[in-house]
Amino acid sequence: MRQTKFSNFISRNLAYIIFIIVVATIPFFVSSRFYMHILIMCGIWGIAAASMNLIMGYTGQVNLAHGAFFGIGAYSTGLLMLKLGINFWLALIMACSITVAIGFFIGLLAFRTKGSYYAIGTMCFNVIVTVIIENWEGLTEGVRGLLGIPRPTPIPFPFGKEINFTTMTANYYLVFSFLILTLLIIRRIVNSMIGRSFLAVRGNEELAESLGINTLFTKLQSFLISVFFAGLSGGLYASYIGFLSPEISDYHVTFEILIYCLIGGLGTMAGPIIGAFSLTVISELLHGMAFPRLVAYGFLLIIIVIFLRGGIMGGVHLLAANLFLKARK
Amino acid sequence: MLYTKNFNGKDDAEMALFIQQVLNGIMLGSIYSLVALGLTLEYGILHIPNFAHGALYMAGAYLTFLLATQMGFNYWLAMMLAMIALAAIGVLVERLVYRPLIKESPLNSFIAAIGLIFIFVDGALHIFGPDFKRFPPVHYEAFQVMGLTITLQRIIIITVTILLIILLQLFIKKTTIGATIEATAQDREGALLMGISVNRVRMIVFALGTGLASIAAALISPIHLVYPGMGGPVILKAFVIIILGGMGSIPGAIIGGFILGLVESLSGGYISTAYNEVFSFGVLVTVLAIRPTGLFGAK
Repeated sequence: MRQTKFSNFISRNLAYIIFIIVVATIPFFVSSRFYMHILIMCGIWGIAAASMNLIMGYTGQVNLAHGAFFGIGAYSTGLLMLKLGINFWLALIMACSITVAIGFFIGLLAFRTKGSYYAIGTMCFNVIVTVIIENWEGLTEGVRGLLGIPRPTPIPFPFGKEINFTTMTANYYLVFSFLILTLLIIRRIVNSMIGRSFLAVRGNEELAESLGINTLFTKLQSFLISVFFAGLSGGLYASYIGFLSPEISDYHVTFEILIYCLIGGLGTMAGPIIGAFSLTVISELLHGMAFPRLVAYGFLLIIIVIFLRGGIMGGVHLLAANLFLKARK
Repeated sequence: MLYTKNFNGKDDAEMALFIQQVLNGIMLGSIYSLVALGLTLEYGILHIPNFAHGALYMAGAYLTFLLATQMGFNYWLAMMLAMIALAAIGVLVERLVYRPLIKESPLNSFIAAIGLIFIFVDGALHIFGPDFKRFPPVHYEAFQVMGLTITLQRIIIITVTILLIILLQLFIKKTTIGATIEATAQDREGALLMGISVNRVRMIVFALGTGLASIAAALISPIHLVYPGMGGPVILKAFVIIILGGMGSIPGAIIGGFILGLVESLSGGYISTAYNEVFSFGVLVTVLAIRPTGLFGAK
């Protein structure tokens, strides 16, 4: 009995277990600082993409203020650590709470609208947030940016040892443990009753409402959870990079995260992660070249939207379904 | 006596400043209206959130600039040629990018539009460089009226806009092609049943929309500067305007454009220019919070 339960657990979570093992062993094979940096960026954008997927992929609300929340999380963490000298862990928690609190007011206002109006409305919020960060020089240093944000505070360990975050490997493990935590929480939410109500709202809002789902509350719930993780990824970014400028909250960041989700496949657990990882790697590798990276991005987006609508995961599902049908014949 | 005189003098100067700001607002509003008109046709009638409208506006500005400086064309001729070229590009964009997405949700078109922005803006950045281009002075004559300074270019902008709005209205109300556009706007299936080719309507709407955007860009570029990112703020504001005025509503786009132009110039003149986006988007957020479908939109 115990045995079957265990094997059941294994088979249901196979993808996650493989992912965790691969993630845990990578630092033993990769020693280059540059590649480690790319991997850490993959992890940070992975969290951001996974959080956007919750509101957009599972709840069907095109929230175009995500970059703003990433920026709010990053700036809150940075400012709390620099100006108030708060410990990183406390600052991260407080930054996520600040992001959620701001998200609550924005969400309440924005969810009065629907569809395209909602998309444009949230994008306006994104611009407003960026402009405020740019101009509130007393707090955010404006366009000069926020310099010298310290790395995470070491975790004290019994026997006089501590885990410090000066090496790339330590930062890598930090970011990836948060990524895995995010994925597990989001997966748990999506598979719960709350997640079902998200899907119901995505499918047909009027129908969901007639079934007794409070759609405003459901959307707000999904929005706030997604905003929380956006703030988390922003906080990790702030302390890893150590420098913030207002561009980090720009709507281009929103678009970038959106592209990760779309290329990987919205509404799937793996899609946004695949999208974030592959595009971060591609764009970091293309950085040095005199090549119009965004032009290539643009063509890629259009081609994907026209020909491969479900993104990479959609293509994988299609392929799997085809193989399954062939096997049955 | 002296006190009242001083007081009056100050009052006059303030009045002049106020009128100057209002005139500036009307000028900005004209440009916004022209851009928003094209967008409201594309978005409101065809349901294509053509976010690339701003990129096409930028392309229009560059083309006018190149034609006027490199080829030595007259300003008006350059504007006309650029308009025709941009109308053609608009038709091409519709045919190649938006037509395959005709049956999909608007979100897909939105994403394709972001792709188009990347191509146009980054393309311009690579071809022309990131620096700001200054138009050679045209129509820089200034008039002094009651202590106000009005440049000829500003008068031209306002006049051309009013003319174009009247022409557009005549085109839509008086011609058969215009009638097909209005019919599609009112009832898509009904229009199809009446034998109206929706594809042709799409083509005409895109040609009109991008043509108008190109003229708007050509009109404003002697005052502002020409640079690859110039479409970004304008398209955001155009979206704000069409949502403010109600999707697909032509009077909504015009009135919304002028409201936004006035809000921007007055808040810039009396409060701060740094926060000008906050004020204009603040207006939108307030309107949406009170009336979620805009001022002129259907309930």
